[in-house]
Amino acid sequence: MINSMFVGKTILNFFVALSLTATFSLAAGGGDNYVKDYKFSFEGPLGSYDQNQLQRGLKVYTEICSACHGLKYVPIRTLGDEGGLGYSEDQVRAYAENYEIFDPELDDYRPAKPTDHFPEVVDAGAPDLSLMAKARAGFHGPMGTGINQFVKGIGGAEYIASLLAGYTGEEKEEFGTVFYENTAYPGRWIAMAPPLYGEDVDFDDGHSNELKYEAMDVAAFLTWAAEPKMMARKHVGFRAVLFLILLSALLYATNKTLWAPIKKRAA
Amino acid sequence: MAGIPHDHYKPGSKGEKWLHRRLPIVGLLYDTIMLPTPKNLNWMWIWGAVLTFCLALQIITGIVLAMHYTPHVDQAFASVEHIMRNVNGGHMLRYLHANGASLFFIAVYAHIFRGLYYGSYKEPREVTWIIGMLIYVLMMATAFMGYVLPWGQMSFWGATVITGLFGAVPFIGDALQTLLLGGPAVDNATLNRFFSLHYLLPFLIAGLVIVHIWAFHTTGNNNPTGVEVRRGSKEEAEKDTVPFWPYYIIKDVFALAVIMVIFFAVVGFMPNYLGHPDNYIEANPLATPAHIVPEWYFLPFYAILRAFTTDVWVVQIVSFLTGGIIDAKFFGVLAMFGAILVMAIAPWLDTSSVRSARYRPMLKLWFAILVVDFILLMWLGAMPAEEPYASLSLIASAYWFAYFLVILPLLGVLEKPLPQPMTIEEDFNKSHPKEANAGSSPTEVPAE
Repeated sequence: MINSMFVGKTILNFFVALSLTATFSLAAGGGDNYVKDYKFSFEGPLGSYDQNQLQRGLKVYTEICSACHGLKYVPIRTLGDEGGLGYSEDQVRAYAENYEIFDPELDDYRPAKPTDHFPEVVDAGAPDLSLMAKARAGFHGPMGTGINQFVKGIGGAEYIASLLAGYTGEEKEEFGTVFYENTAYPGRWIAMAPPLYGEDVDFDDGHSNELKYEAMDVAAFLTWAAEPKMMARKHVGFRAVLFLILLSALLYATNKTLWAPIKKRAA
Repeated sequence: MAGIPHDHYKPGSKGEKWLHRRLPIVGLLYDTIMLPTPKNLNWMWIWGAVLTFCLALQIITGIVLAMHYTPHVDQAFASVEHIMRNVNGGHMLRYLHANGASLFFIAVYAHIFRGLYYGSYKEPREVTWIIGMLIYVLMMATAFMGYVLPWGQMSFWGATVITGLFGAVPFIGDALQTLLLGGPAVDNATLNRFFSLHYLLPFLIAGLVIVHIWAFHTTGNNNPTGVEVRRGSKEEAEKDTVPFWPYYIIKDVFALAVIMVIFFAVVGFMPNYLGHPDNYIEANPLATPAHIVPEWYFLPFYAILRAFTTDVWVVQIVSFLTGGIIDAKFFGVLAMFGAILVMAIAPWLDTSSVRSARYRPMLKLWFAILVVDFILLMWLGAMPAEEPYASLSLIASAYWFAYFLVILPLLGVLEKPLPQPMTIEEDFNKSHPKEANAGSSPTEVPAE
């Protein structure tokens, strides 16, 4: 019996281990890149977006990133969503007018409305950023198992911030394309010129605009862009977990009471 | 219906009698949930209920997701983002469905390894086992096709690699692959047929689940001792069993609630942990990802597939003997399907007269190695195809086959089993001794 209990435990442990090792997301190209574990307010089960930070990030995106990168899956109206940037309807409408959208019905360009999406930007050949924060994993270890993501998170935001702050200043030219050395980029040489140097934008809330903060703010904004419902999701998760713990406790007691006469062989 | 003797449904009221004469459906349900179940089942017997729940969860969330999803290469990816951003509760539905697949596989692996350890596959439960294996294969097909639907990079390239396997079949490979894809490459036709089949297969699974349950309701459940329930009379059977309702339904629901705590923590707090980041990049036939990695639950078999390369001597010999018809690629495909096949025919490979590994000291050891081997293969399946992973994969794959083809047949001859209890009642009473004040128990009289 002791033996079989041991094996039973082993089987259980196996499945715990199995679910732990279940993710094996590998770096896009080798493990020579360095991603710093920045601390973001939205990490962990109780973490939430910092509305001011998202608004600062939007400003960095609007003034710098949007020159080359689009956000084609993000509806502009969601800038007014709760649990995100929380702008008023008027602010959202005013912001939308920054963009010119091609309207197939008019067969012409017109100022964007809140119901439009952020425009797609294709001219620069740069990737769309709508889902970038979920399309990159910052952390992979140990041994490619991805178990450390349990503690650190998957690391999309950290990857973006590390990338933006990771330029060394070195550059090289290959086949007519200039590559810039970046410590966070897998393979180290990236075609994107350093977009941020620090003090590139002035924040309305007076927050420091050092490179590190600009990088973190835009990374936070892009995390929101990729996962706009994170707050609602964590809220549901939190309530579900609490409710299920209570339910489990009640069912445990029910089960124990139910089996008591059988286990004690009360005849 | 054959099986363990127990009470049957007796229609009481006039209405019940009326219905029972015409359609004895209440009687069928009664007999199903009042099934006498061995009273010594441990916590590894909860997975069947968890699996039933998973199937229901996947079908319900899946049907609602299908209402908002567009199976077209130009719109599939965007329609998933539409679900995530605009559909009420859509993000929860999708994360429940995606992580539900992982829970489904965690549960099915636990269920299968439980069966392997306690000898649940052995006579007279071979048919239950085979149907279970069919369900498992259909689950893999369903999960694979479902993963293609979001039309991300891993969807597209995973589909390209896996359907390419069918192209390795000699003579008919190309035709088979074209049939699967609906064309020369993964494209809109592929996405459409995968969507159609992804919707169909779960209902086939549900049908097979009913047959699976019917089969073991005929033979009775196995239990940790592997000793059969006494069936001489109803009184005798009642000493070994309790009715499924309420005893095991409540136990299973409790276990399910605990598992749901973990499940909702994953869905709520880290829903993308088990997915691959590349699948948040829209499929691009012109850009191959650096590593094409299948979902975690396919990794052990993916490792076996990749283990047999042209420089493995077994592959070279087979290739030579068959005049090159079985090349390395096809050998890998055969090995992958063979790895599941050897599991399916375990009832005929295991020669031991003892069912449960609890009384098989040598099997216990080899089984523990098999579990480690499975986890090792899972890790190796995610590693790049280079040394030392290639050699390790080969060794681990060899052990997988050796366990079923060599160890199981040999142990029946070599192993000296420990004494088994005469009855389930004896085993149960040993682990639940009477309270001190309850007096001494009468000596057990074995039935056989």
